[in-house]
Amino acid sequence: MELILEQLPVVVGALNTGFLQTLRLFFITLLGAFPLGLVIAFGSMSRIRLLSLSARFLIWIIRGTPLMIQLLIIYYFPGLVLHSPIWGGGESGRFLAASISFVLNYACYFSEIYRGGIQSVPVGQQEAGLVLGMTRHQIFFRVTLLQMVKRIVPPISNEVITLVKDTSLARIIALQEVIWAGQAFMKGSHGISGAIWPLFFTAVYYLIFNGILTVLLARLEKKLDYFRI
Amino acid sequence: MAILEVEHIQKSFDRTEVLKDINFSLEQGQVLAIIGPSGGGKTTLLRCLNFLETPDQGVIRVNGSVLFDADDPATRSESQIRRKRLHFGLVFQSFNLFPQYTALENVRLAPELLAKERPDYHANKAAIHEEIEANARGLLAQIGLADRMNSYPHQLSGGQCQRVAIARALALHPDILCFDEPTSALDPELTGEVLRVIRALADKRTTMIIVTHEMAFARDVASQVLFIDGGRICEQGAPQEVFQNPREERTRQFLSRFAQE
Repeated sequence: MELILEQLPVVVGALNTGFLQTLRLFFITLLGAFPLGLVIAFGSMSRIRLLSLSARFLIWIIRGTPLMIQLLIIYYFPGLVLHSPIWGGGESGRFLAASISFVLNYACYFSEIYRGGIQSVPVGQQEAGLVLGMTRHQIFFRVTLLQMVKRIVPPISNEVITLVKDTSLARIIALQEVIWAGQAFMKGSHGISGAIWPLFFTAVYYLIFNGILTVLLARLEKKLDYFRI
Repeated sequence: MAILEVEHIQKSFDRTEVLKDINFSLEQGQVLAIIGPSGGGKTTLLRCLNFLETPDQGVIRVNGSVLFDADDPATRSESQIRRKRLHFGLVFQSFNLFPQYTALENVRLAPELLAKERPDYHANKAAIHEEIEANARGLLAQIGLADRMNSYPHQLSGGQCQRVAIARALALHPDILCFDEPTSALDPELTGEVLRVIRALADKRTTMIIVTHEMAFARDVASQVLFIDGGRICEQGAPQEVFQNPREERTRQFLSRFAQE
């Protein structure tokens, strides 16, 4: 116990650095996947058959295979198979590959949630907009969007909380996120070796961050409570 | 001259012919009631007039100019249709108010969006918005909802919602206001308040087309009645004729059910 207290400041410092990388991956994934998901959702609902088929094919592949394999393929395939390492070396290369894998993966999940949200808005809403002379663009942004957002907040919250924990999968390509940082103390890092408790301790980071997110997302849900659908 | 002329409108869904050669015209300030059994094509006809459905055949003229001609592709483009819709207003059976907006915002939204297309919008922005706001408030007061302007649809009764929907349609000053069974989703008590609003509009000589199952109301308010069944107009004429001395057996049969009530 005394030893742990002695090691604590060093460990927390290293884990903080790792968790910063976790947070970067988390926010970049959301930033990219929220809009890309909408594009894929519109693609899958498109009347152009080729477009909707390609979108659904992409969703099938991405949702049908483990994110860990997607990470490995996206990171290693260009360099090892095509002999053109496009990601560049080091941590920035790993981060770029991880970001792209996560954005693509989450965009596909979001797109299905969006699609459900859009399709659940009654067709009468769109018709009301049309007879009032609104353009399809105006109808989407002024009428449909907020009703869709209200419907999708609970399932999106679920995905967001899953994403916090999924970022740990980036460990597989040695991205220096918080799990990687915790594990390092087993092999030896910052003069500490053979310690497994820092790895267990990373769970606290996830727990606290997800606690904050849960409160924020509940607040958003409450904010949209002023109208009913 | 007739404000609305409908000629040879025909519409099929897949192989089912829903409207067969519909012809009628309407004068400025008249109220046309469309009655008939469910599934007879009444709603489809209204939806054709509002371009929610595109007729397969026929011509629609408003104030003498051709709004739609099935044989002229130029009258069928999406951007043109949007403008043409504004000749008509439509009040739905299920209100279709926008739930995230207050009553006032529901009435204001479309006029505000349309105002942005005016060439003088940027120069007179404040004045235009003030005018739209005043008009919306005036309409809501007129239908008796002055004190519920800031309520959201879920806080209003069905009758109040339908009245807001009427104000929302009126805010765009349509030439012809259409109602698609405006009271069918309401209980008898709430039906009365909606019918009173429509009656007041008729008294002010608002040109209207009303699809309804309220026979007594149709007889009182309409200047002309169409009885539609099986996609065609079986009978048309003044309400006294159609209701008291129907010429067609089918009309008699349909009306006898209401007479028994």
